[in-house]
Amino acid sequence: MSEFLQQLLNGLSLGAIYALIALGYTMVYGVLRFINFAHSDVFMVGAFIGYYMGKLVPEGTLWGGLAVLGVAMLGCALLGMTIERLAYRRLRSAPTLNVLITAIGVSLLLEYTGQVFFGAAPRNFPSIFPVRNFQLGGIIVGSNQLIVIAVSVVLMVVLQLIVYRTRIGTAMRAVSLNPKAAVLMGVNNDVVISFTFGLGSALAAAGGILYALNYPSIDPLMGVMPGLKAFVAAILGGIGNIPGAALGGLILGTVETFVSGSQWSTYKDAIAFAILIIILLFRPAGLLGRFTVEKV
Amino acid sequence: MLTVSDLSVSYGAISALSGISFRIEQGSIVTLIGGNGAGKTTTLRTISGLLRPKAGKIEFLGEDITRLAAHRIVARGLCHVPEGRMIFSNLTVDENLAMGAYLLRDHELIAKNRDYVFSIFPRLKERLKQMAGTLSGGEQQMLAIGRALMGNPKFLMLDEPSLGIAPRLISTIFEKIVEINRNHGITILLVEQNANLALEVSQRAYVLETGRIVMQGESKQLRADPQLKATYLGG
Repeated sequence: MSEFLQQLLNGLSLGAIYALIALGYTMVYGVLRFINFAHSDVFMVGAFIGYYMGKLVPEGTLWGGLAVLGVAMLGCALLGMTIERLAYRRLRSAPTLNVLITAIGVSLLLEYTGQVFFGAAPRNFPSIFPVRNFQLGGIIVGSNQLIVIAVSVVLMVVLQLIVYRTRIGTAMRAVSLNPKAAVLMGVNNDVVISFTFGLGSALAAAGGILYALNYPSIDPLMGVMPGLKAFVAAILGGIGNIPGAALGGLILGTVETFVSGSQWSTYKDAIAFAILIIILLFRPAGLLGRFTVEKV
Repeated sequence: MLTVSDLSVSYGAISALSGISFRIEQGSIVTLIGGNGAGKTTTLRTISGLLRPKAGKIEFLGEDITRLAAHRIVARGLCHVPEGRMIFSNLTVDENLAMGAYLLRDHELIAKNRDYVFSIFPRLKERLKQMAGTLSGGEQQMLAIGRALMGNPKFLMLDEPSLGIAPRLISTIFEKIVEINRNHGITILLVEQNANLALEVSQRAYVLETGRIVMQGESKQLRADPQLKATYLGG
């Protein structure tokens, strides 16, 4: 029983990170109907901003950790908005395939520019937050896990408030439902799309830092695998659906953790893609997504 | 209020409008009638900035808005209720109305506009928390018009407000359109396939045929025109 709870906790904290990344995929898909493959590399840049910022603040303090987190989120928000402005905006009326290929290009650009600046060798991520382990019943709760869960919950609540309670959030949903009608309301869709990229990228940065706290070896290609899994999580929850992305992330993280703790641990990466295939076969709209027929 | 001169629009190689011109005076209801594919919707979409013209000029309140971005045209007080209503189906009625007031910052004014919309369409008040997609066709049309009114428009373009609506609701909607024009001084450009109805409520009419204006004049006179009668008014 205690092993089950332990794995569940590990799984949820990994899942929370996938959820944070998945939210960015799903929000961008919501407003632009394409998968931003560069998103996983924004996640990587977030971790690297955290790495360099971590050297500027005293190690192991809560305020230092939060400051690093804030700066990384801000930096990646700007990066995400810049990518959208320079790479995607001029393709607004181009076929989705062109945008998709551009996204792959931006992804490679970030990965290999990262190798030029940061080097290809892995670096050790500093422990920016205080580290302590708690015994709770039979399970060990790491402070980093608590931080992951706390930060993710706070960010998701804030995101929920932005999307459902603010003017720009309503505009985001409106653009996602019907961009032309949104324009006729006086919405500048470019501003809304840019904001969406900023928001998604900030969450990816938070994901990057939280990931690096738990897996403290970072390198310019570190985003690839978590990025792919978060993408699967977004599909699993129903692409374009915000609560779906969060749910998909949690499910995927939990399943993966249980598999890696079992005798089939070699297949822990494969399980994500097995889930993807099953979802695409049996429920292509995802768990919370609604199947819609494209209207002409 | 609105002057369209020599407007030409094409979709690729296909010409949709070939040099149409018309004027709309402040406070009036003007209608564009014509069959399917005559270019009525294209005209509205070009005025509101969703389409770019190949040639010609559109002036609104003395300002050239031909090349203005669509969201800036809305900010000038020109509001387009598009064909098919284009309500935000997965937002509540309330949120749809809020989107209509997107450009307004003054909360008192927004509240005043809401009351005004409810006074015209009391049905919307009963449905506030409902997803807009669950409304009936007629209610969706009310919402589309109500949403447009939320933004304090000076000029309203309505594209086929009778389309897909229960016949008994059509007359209600048209009464409301006249009321909006009369009591609130909002100028209206009405596009309608139901020419009888359109000529009844409007003061002036333009008849479009394959991208050209083939007839124009006072609605009263056009209703009596034998040729028009034969073509559009069902004999």
